[in-house]
Amino acid sequence: MQITNSAVGRKLLMAITGQLMVLFVIVHMLGNSSIFLGANGINAYAKHLHDLPPLVWAFRFSMLAFILVHAWFGIQVSVENSAATPKKYSVQKHLRATLSSKSMIWTGVIIALFVIYHLLHFTVHAIPGVVTGVDAIGRFDVYTMVVNAFQSGLVPVIYIAAMIAVFLHLSHGVGSFFQTLGWNNANTLPKISNTSRGFSFVLLLGYIAIPVVILAGILK
Amino acid sequence: MSDHKTMTLTLIVWRQKGPNDPGKFETYTAKGITEHHSFLEMLDVVNEDLIKEGKDPIAFDHDCREGICGMCSQVVNGVPHGGQERTTVCQLHMRTFKDGDTIYIEPWRARAFPVTRDLIVDRSGLDNIIQAGGYTSCHTGGVADGNALLIPKEIADYAMDAAECIGCGACVASCPNSSAMLFTGAKVAQLAALPQGKAEAAVRVCAMTDALKESGFGNCSNHYECEAACPKGISVKFIARLNREYQKALLK
Amino acid sequence: MILDGKCPTGPIEQTWDKHRFDLKLVNPANKRKYKVIVVGTGLAGGAAAASLGELGYNVEAFCYQDSPRRAHSIAAQGGINAAKNYPNDGDSVYRLFYDTIKGGDFRAREADVWRLAQVSNNIIDQCVAQGVPFARDYAGYLDNRSFGGAQVSRTFFARGQTGQQLLLGAYSALARQIKAGTVKMFPRTEMLDLIVVDGEAKGITVRDLVTGELRTHVADAVVLATGGYVNVFYLSTNAMGCSVTASWKAHRKGAFFANPCYTQIHPTCIPQAGEYQSKLTLMSESLRNDGRCWVPKKKEDLGKKPSEIAEEDRDYYLERKYPSFGNLAPRDIASRAAKEQCDDGRGVGPGGRGVYLDFSSSIKRLSEDTIRERYGNLFEMYERITADNAYKTPMRIYPAPHYSMGGLWVDYNCMSNIPGLFVLGEANFSVHGANRLGASALMQGLADGYFVIPYTIGGYLAQTKPGKVAADHPECKKSIEEVQAYNNKLLSINGKRTVTDFMRELGSLMWENCGMARTKESLEENIKKIPALREEFWQNVKVTGSGAELNQQLENAGRTADFFEFAELLCRDAHHRNESCGGHFRAEYQSEDGEAQRDDANYCYVGAWEFKGVDKEPELHKEPLKFENVHLAVRSYK
Repeated sequence: MQITNSAVGRKLLMAITGQLMVLFVIVHMLGNSSIFLGANGINAYAKHLHDLPPLVWAFRFSMLAFILVHAWFGIQVSVENSAATPKKYSVQKHLRATLSSKSMIWTGVIIALFVIYHLLHFTVHAIPGVVTGVDAIGRFDVYTMVVNAFQSGLVPVIYIAAMIAVFLHLSHGVGSFFQTLGWNNANTLPKISNTSRGFSFVLLLGYIAIPVVILAGILK
Repeated sequence: MSDHKTMTLTLIVWRQKGPNDPGKFETYTAKGITEHHSFLEMLDVVNEDLIKEGKDPIAFDHDCREGICGMCSQVVNGVPHGGQERTTVCQLHMRTFKDGDTIYIEPWRARAFPVTRDLIVDRSGLDNIIQAGGYTSCHTGGVADGNALLIPKEIADYAMDAAECIGCGACVASCPNSSAMLFTGAKVAQLAALPQGKAEAAVRVCAMTDALKESGFGNCSNHYECEAACPKGISVKFIARLNREYQKALLK
Repeated sequence: MILDGKCPTGPIEQTWDKHRFDLKLVNPANKRKYKVIVVGTGLAGGAAAASLGELGYNVEAFCYQDSPRRAHSIAAQGGINAAKNYPNDGDSVYRLFYDTIKGGDFRAREADVWRLAQVSNNIIDQCVAQGVPFARDYAGYLDNRSFGGAQVSRTFFARGQTGQQLLLGAYSALARQIKAGTVKMFPRTEMLDLIVVDGEAKGITVRDLVTGELRTHVADAVVLATGGYVNVFYLSTNAMGCSVTASWKAHRKGAFFANPCYTQIHPTCIPQAGEYQSKLTLMSESLRNDGRCWVPKKKEDLGKKPSEIAEEDRDYYLERKYPSFGNLAPRDIASRAAKEQCDDGRGVGPGGRGVYLDFSSSIKRLSEDTIRERYGNLFEMYERITADNAYKTPMRIYPAPHYSMGGLWVDYNCMSNIPGLFVLGEANFSVHGANRLGASALMQGLADGYFVIPYTIGGYLAQTKPGKVAADHPECKKSIEEVQAYNNKLLSINGKRTVTDFMRELGSLMWENCGMARTKESLEENIKKIPALREEFWQNVKVTGSGAELNQQLENAGRTADFFEFAELLCRDAHHRNESCGGHFRAEYQSEDGEAQRDDANYCYVGAWEFKGVDKEPELHKEPLKFENVHLAVRSYK
């Protein structure tokens, strides 16, 4: 028996890596929210993070590993699953499967593409038009970069769309984690599923609050 | 004896001569159907007419016609067994339809279930999964007294809930991934819960899930479509149990 | 010919042990050289194939379903008897033996029944070891209930799905042997002939139901576990595919058919709803533990809703006629009583063919929840079929053909009069006499499969050389040609009536004239009409398609053709047996109060028929029955 070859083993690996990334998504949202404290808040937060380079890199490498494992098996099982279902019904009616559960591979791909874009945008600063500079006390000015990016145009749309993909992906993914690990029973299963959707919605609100607030001109 | 009211229905039925035939839909009319006809008795009526016209009747699997043998296997309007809760298609009665309805009838569709003819598919993949480990390796004779190991009622009931599976394959047919994880999970959970099955639990869960993959079934991605389609209402909690048993096996 | 059952002699308690010792053994190293064919994978066949495979024989198993897990044993609801005496209520091997002999109306062999009662306890242990989730109490002990008229609680059960769970147990044991390579499984394969070489059964001819290919399989012994024949009534509780074909083919090759007239009509089935109906559904007999059977006393009340009929206007006929057993009277008695009420014009529902099974007093006494806990799945099933809620209104039930006590004649070793042909479970005639008790069918199937055939087949094989007949034996070729010709004939008739149409007509003749009650005249009518209808069948049946493909019409046509021949034999057997016993009720032979009257002086024997040709009268052979331990008595349940 090989975990990387098993129908259950791979699911387990995906669930665990997925859930670790969800932890990051939570922390990242909380960190981002420091933007509501103004330039001082988020710039200070960014500086604190970057003052610990070994940690940053360890973190980055592990995230990369999670993404690769999660994506590799995600693609592999999706290919297998569609091969296992060569012909669809001409009348197709789903009783329990949701848009979110059925679109995991596509929301996954969208998220992966977005992560690349997002890194190029705010980490590597390779996307044209990104404003990089330092604030009054010489810190990297995250605040201006973000506010500038989200004030108009396609960028906030891309971010909001991506966050909807994250919402859909996690709506199914977070609840699935508990099923895959077997941390549930017949009573808790529906509750966990609903909580998972609610939790993902809160994340969605948390994330899109930033571009929305900036678009609305509240943060300048 | 039958009711005066009868229905006329349009059936759009999948016809396929054999595994290599591409197959196509044919349209038939079912006349004189009452609310007391079962779905298969309605098809019997259509078939009798076809035979009299010298045409090949629609081939479909069926045997006990009381919802327990698991032989019947039809997707009715996109739902395996027709979508009445806890009901196999042989027990589905025509009172759930109304005069003038159009009904689509298709076989189970999955790579692991190639069509044998019309609505009949080959479900030997499910047997392969059981053969991989869906048993306790006890010998005939020479076993302990039935009361030697006590099994509290809750455990016996839990095992019975899992053991109700009739092996029809509706879970596979309904699954967007054509996975047989509910079928496998039910057997793994039943035997893992009982003291008689515990000894082999680790070997069993690995062997059965590997056989699932080898037989061409897809992977489970927790759509829970299977639970909704299962004519015995088998809970996906048994898949969770399988997942737990797999983790225990990893630690061994 | 006087047949010899080869029963061991001596004190009955020691017969089986002594016999097991006397049986010759096959050297373990030689077992794999012996090939055994097992036809049918229900409780008897599945258990036999698994056990023989495990012993080391080279087994080939066949079933017509797509998986061995679907045999009709799966539909048994109520339970399985065993003489464990866990409840300490006075049960014993002896009592189970006694009850089975008496329940069978003294028409079964004592030694066979003793063995059944003796191994019954091993069956429970075996099934528990396989992981069968029998009902248990909170402390974890196996639970028992009283069932089918027994006055002790000896029935083990797994919800209302005991047959399913036991079959899945046997199937899992079989799956294990298939995996181990000792059993080769051939699903969707139907046996269409028995190959007999030099008077011994050495193989079978089968049709692959998917490709239509005809093949022979040769072996050193053939085991038939192919179930019962009550689909001869067309409407029965059997599965659609259940047929007499395998047994009948063996009968045509010389195997004697014993007591075909012993058919069991189950009292609690859902009544027929219309002409189109394809089968009848059984509601577990356990319902009679809490349900009360009644019909209106007055015919004027027939149009009323049951709730509108006052308590004093209801005739609780079972309680009235059988005060001590009441609603728990044995099956044959309860069925006949229901028929009497309907014949008297007091039957309820469409066609006046139904009686009420009322749970209202139990619901009042115990609460609806208790009833739901006990029978929830049955009530659900009833509602699915009839759209009636039985918690609110009484169920309507009517008897339906359910089980066949008769079958191929076998000796104590379960071997037929053809050496090398063994017959197990419902397919043989051995232990139920003229009537089977509730929860005893599962017991017999598993007893034969797990604990009888593994011993007795060795006794035969030890005296025969392995591989005596090769696959290219002329008998094999001949058999294939005959089957081919038979199928071609069915396909070439191209008449006007469908197979189902013929089967429906045959079934109705059988039900009307040879059903719950038979008379000399009704049987003579059938003996005249059946051959005429058979003649028409062979002239006017329409079977479409070809033999070289999956063709369900051809399968049904073959089975129906066999039923036609068999039905005549059944009627002849019923006609010759001038007595009433168990499931065989001849209206001429009843006491003043309508009870079955046996004639022990003249009919205390097994009637085994020898096939002489389709249009020739069969020859009757008798095996006298001796009762040395249970004294012949009038079977009374008053």
